[in-house]
Amino acid sequence: MTQGSGEIIRTADGMPLGLSLQRTLLRSRLRALMLVIPLLAFLTVTFVLPILDMLYRSVDNRIVASVLPQTTVAIQAWDSKSTELPDEPVFEALVLDIQAAHEQKTLGRVGRRLNYEKPGMSSLFRKTGRHAKRITEAPFKEQLLSVDKRWHDTSVWRLIHRESGALTGSYFLASSDLRLDDQGEIALQPEPRRIYVSLFYRTLWMSLLITVLCLILGYPISYLLASLPARTSNLLMILVLLPFWTSLLVRTTSWIALLQTQGVLNDLLVFIGLIPDDARLQMIYNKIGTIVAMTHILLPFMILPLYSVMKTIPASYMQAARSLGASPFTAFVRVYMPNTVPGIGAGCILVFILAIGYYITPALVGGRTGTFISNFIAVHISETLNWGLAAALGVILLALVLVLYLVYDKIVGVNNMKLG
Amino acid sequence: MALPIYYSPLEKGWHYTYRVICAAILAFLVVPIFVIVPLSFNALPYFTFSPEMLSLDPAGYSTQWYREFFTEESWQHAVRNSFVIAIFATLISTLLGTLAALGLSRSQMPFKAAFMALLISPMIVPLIISAAGMYFFYTRIGIASTHLGVILAHAALGTPFVVITVTATLTNFDHSLTRAAASLGASPTETFFKVTVPLILPGVVSGALFAFITSFDEVVVVLFVGSVEQRTIPWKMFSGIREEIRPTILAVATLLVCVSILLLTVLELLRRRNERLHGPSAS
Repeated sequence: MTQGSGEIIRTADGMPLGLSLQRTLLRSRLRALMLVIPLLAFLTVTFVLPILDMLYRSVDNRIVASVLPQTTVAIQAWDSKSTELPDEPVFEALVLDIQAAHEQKTLGRVGRRLNYEKPGMSSLFRKTGRHAKRITEAPFKEQLLSVDKRWHDTSVWRLIHRESGALTGSYFLASSDLRLDDQGEIALQPEPRRIYVSLFYRTLWMSLLITVLCLILGYPISYLLASLPARTSNLLMILVLLPFWTSLLVRTTSWIALLQTQGVLNDLLVFIGLIPDDARLQMIYNKIGTIVAMTHILLPFMILPLYSVMKTIPASYMQAARSLGASPFTAFVRVYMPNTVPGIGAGCILVFILAIGYYITPALVGGRTGTFISNFIAVHISETLNWGLAAALGVILLALVLVLYLVYDKIVGVNNMKLG
Repeated sequence: MALPIYYSPLEKGWHYTYRVICAAILAFLVVPIFVIVPLSFNALPYFTFSPEMLSLDPAGYSTQWYREFFTEESWQHAVRNSFVIAIFATLISTLLGTLAALGLSRSQMPFKAAFMALLISPMIVPLIISAAGMYFFYTRIGIASTHLGVILAHAALGTPFVVITVTATLTNFDHSLTRAAASLGASPTETFFKVTVPLILPGVVSGALFAFITSFDEVVVVLFVGSVEQRTIPWKMFSGIREEIRPTILAVATLLVCVSILLLTVLELLRRRNERLHGPSAS
């Protein structure tokens, strides 16, 4: 700015103006950053680190190495491709490890961990743990082989060899209904354990159906709200916002009261004679229950973004289309609807994101056939204690949600997200 | 609203059909919430209308489930927990969220979009994943099964709402007002408390209400991070629905509907105030 005259403009204290401006900008940038940092630090500790911790569990495989430390070192010398059993030192290491682990009561963890990969490993380790303290001197190999004949099986040793590393991909394989077979090749899980692919598939199609239902129900309401005079539409808006603000559990409870076999709706149908008393409809604790209750719960999340887009569409567009000779239907489809596409996109992605991660409602009204992937994650965390598998399922779900979130950000921009 | 006189009979017919469809959808939204209100006064332990109730016989009605709620210690414990946890969580998320929103809406803020996306993420990440991660991590640092753990977790879940509402208020904020205050001799602190705060207060209050209801309704994180000592009203309702389903739950649900009506009224009043101040375009 000063090159023309060859002279540098300075501020009152003699600093070049450009430099002074830069400093001021830097300072105000820092000041803005300082305001955000407390929340950032808070969320890092309370939210981001916990999630990273969980993500790590999906590949974390330190159990075998920490409970059987000598074995994991010794077994590296064994060629896992061979059909021969490992040598005496490996057996000695294993016997000593098992004795120590039995003493510290950590043996069960290894048994459980390896049992995920190969059924029967848990009982093998339990049994060996009980008998191992009698083995005090060489030859360890023969004595261990006499404790349980499963130690003759090289696939058991291959499994220990394979799972002695610090990281594993087996939880992700299990989440995709796959496993590593005895030869270390990727193979399908046995039929009864193939549940997760169909579960993901069910979560996706049910979420999609719920999203479509929300759109079908939400579109007319949003259009009504946007076309009515402000006073009336504000009044009707309260009818949309009330469910939005009502506790999730209250709304789920209401649907139980309405839909259960001895519930209000069945009573009504029996009363008007549409169905006989002994053939009441099963409308809850199955897919129908989940779909109806979740459509009700997520509908406001569709209506609000649709409404905020429709409110900005001038009424003159439709009037112009009509005056140019379009029928009401043509005018609506060709002029109005294309203008609402951003709202449709925002609402659908939001509802879909919220639906695929849902836990409470499917858990309460889904029964056995209406549960989602989240419900299995919860089961693995609090009942089967297979945390690695829970984490792997969680990572896949999270990846799905984050991709949709990025799409949402591209279409709507998180900055434009509005509430209520 | 009178129909335009040029409407054809077909259009008139469609107009009324459309109104009926909309009424049906609005009924779908609202009726399930209000159906539990009369059911909560059922004299019998069922989730449906008894013949006595339908014939409006006073004997069919009773307030016993409300009495049970107000006298049973485990419910009262849950009420206290719910309020303590929600209030502290709201304070934390409102304070931190408002500060962050003030920073984010400055034009000099670097990487604004990335920060925004990160700060909103607690709202987007499925609750079961947040809850599972918090359960593992909070156990590791020793705050699982404590009130502190649940409060911090709920505060984290509530911040996105505060950030969103306060940034929305700040987009309509006229920055010449703070400059005017400064030029008239007010210190930055004075400007902040006397000019900025009163203007953004509606956004802060509605953000705080969102944060409060988020914590007050939240059940997944409490189930994982909390223990029996931290059980809240939703916790009790969840286990009640799963184990023994009693109309006490309906009584609690009715009371919760009253709470949400109250919150909605406050928000509506705030919105009207905002409309008066900034014109109807502000949200």
